[in-house]
Amino acid sequence: MNLFHSPTARAALVILAAASMAACASRPKPMGPVATATPTPPSRYAAPGPGAVEESQETGAPTPGSSRDFVINAGDLVYFAFDRFNVTDEARAVLDTQAAWLARYPAVHVRIEGNTDERGTREYNFALGARRANAVRDYLVSKGLSPSRIDTVSYGKERPIDTSVGDAADSHNRNAHTIVTDAAR
Amino acid sequence: MRSCKVVLAALAAALVANLTAVAPASAEIVINVDQGDTQPLPIAIPSFGGAPVAGQLSDVVTADLKRSGLFRPLDAGAFPPLGSDVNLQPQFDAWKAVSAQALLTGHVAADGDGHLRADFRLWDVYAGEQLLGMEFTSTPQNWRRVAHKIADAVYEKLTGEQGYFDTRVVFVAESGTRAKPVRRLEIMDQDGANPSYLTDGSYLVFTPRFSANSQEITYMALRPTGSTLYLLNIDTGRQEALGHFPGMVFAPRFSPDGRKVVFSAEKAGDTDVYVMDLASHAVARLTTDPAIDTSPSFSPDAGRVVFNSDRGGSPQLYVMNADGSNVNRISFGSGRYTTPVWSPDGKLIAFTKQEGGQFHIGVMRPDGSNERLLTSSYLDEGPTWAPNSRVILFSRDTGGPGAHLWTVDVSGRLLAPAPYALRASDPAWSSLLR
Repeated sequence: MNLFHSPTARAALVILAAASMAACASRPKPMGPVATATPTPPSRYAAPGPGAVEESQETGAPTPGSSRDFVINAGDLVYFAFDRFNVTDEARAVLDTQAAWLARYPAVHVRIEGNTDERGTREYNFALGARRANAVRDYLVSKGLSPSRIDTVSYGKERPIDTSVGDAADSHNRNAHTIVTDAAR
Repeated sequence: MRSCKVVLAALAAALVANLTAVAPASAEIVINVDQGDTQPLPIAIPSFGGAPVAGQLSDVVTADLKRSGLFRPLDAGAFPPLGSDVNLQPQFDAWKAVSAQALLTGHVAADGDGHLRADFRLWDVYAGEQLLGMEFTSTPQNWRRVAHKIADAVYEKLTGEQGYFDTRVVFVAESGTRAKPVRRLEIMDQDGANPSYLTDGSYLVFTPRFSANSQEITYMALRPTGSTLYLLNIDTGRQEALGHFPGMVFAPRFSPDGRKVVFSAEKAGDTDVYVMDLASHAVARLTTDPAIDTSPSFSPDAGRVVFNSDRGGSPQLYVMNADGSNVNRISFGSGRYTTPVWSPDGKLIAFTKQEGGQFHIGVMRPDGSNERLLTSSYLDEGPTWAPNSRVILFSRDTGGPGAHLWTVDVSGRLLAPAPYALRASDPAWSSLLR
């Protein structure tokens, strides 16, 4: 399970955020001289220092039909059991949402990237990742999506979404990742 | 691709070997490479005399023999004095006194015509006789290859097996992070000298494999949209894509004559084994099972192909005829078997086995009998054979720091890190250079 892609976890985050805002609002504001506010420059203008500065994530409501809209409102990842490529009930729920979203935006094309955990040899895992990508493709086609809108690729164990080591990372990395390749900006 | 040319031009100046004074084949000291409890043979290799490069040259010979695990080069500090003429018989009693069983002496001279002449003698200290006397002639810049050839000659004389020191290794050099990996093909001498990148890291590369003459490499490139198989000539730096396929292509490996490449291609999720004729680019399909069929490797007589398939429910090893007929499963132990590679002498198949949370490099006979596991770690993978079928190079990831290259001999007794300190995977060993 990847927490950030679970609807329950997302709902919990929203509730937490609301709660903390409420806490701030009820706190009495100290009275005193108002300091002149210095505008904080955007992080990319910060003086160069040690360590890379990551570009900040886009915030706010996603553009309908965009890649970010797909990730947030359809869900881009489905997971598999060890050495399996059958679409689970849980995965089916996500793929039904993907299919419905893609039906709404007929100009959008997707690439399905099949991934595996690292507990296997390289070549076998390229084959296993291809099976997973195609299982997802077949499911989406069965839901009415045109095959011409879907490409598949296998990254085997070479592009893990979870780069830690261990069972939790392994279960995250057994996935098929649907990427919007041609969409609204 | 940046300039990928690896200069082997010096090869053109052929190494010439002259047998000068071969002793009768009555060697009393023999290393039995099959015996599990063999102690390494104490050998004295006093620094070669002559040209300025002579000392470095004998150091390379010493390092080769030591790394094999079968020899124990003795500390030069205790050596008795040695005359400068290699033709003079050594004082054997003095060498016995430092516990030497074998003695290698040599002299390197720069000829008037710019050639390097390395003259050496291998002596049996206890029998008091010469086992080998040879001379190699080469260009001065080729001195490391001369050293490897001397080490091969000594190894061959004392073990009865062909040497493997005058060889190279191609592999994937890994850098970057796990999230943003950088992978470049790199080639080096088997002792780690003369490293050189063959690709620039702008795309991911995997599973390089040498052709029989070691001048060409086939490998897989992975880009966000798919994979490509390439044929790379390391003499010219030219490379060409091996056809275009609708799905994933991977696991390329040359036929023993270098005229074909056997590989896996995936269509609609089904991976099968195919073979391509490199002259005509004609492709023939060898497997049709809906299971995963991958990691094909030819037998050295080109008559059969070993591959891995999960048609029986889990990945196991199968052997078929080179035309795809007569498929037989050969692995029957518990666990998952992948990456089979036929040994150059045809007698064994090395593989990766996954069992009980560990990965192993193992060997079995081509009929599946006599399975032996040689290594064990969090992730051992991808064996490749030295040309003499005695040593296996593979990659090992202990679960964190990334993969590194290791060697193990077929007895499983001599396990050692390969002479490459950085992160690396997918090694392939060349044949003996010419």
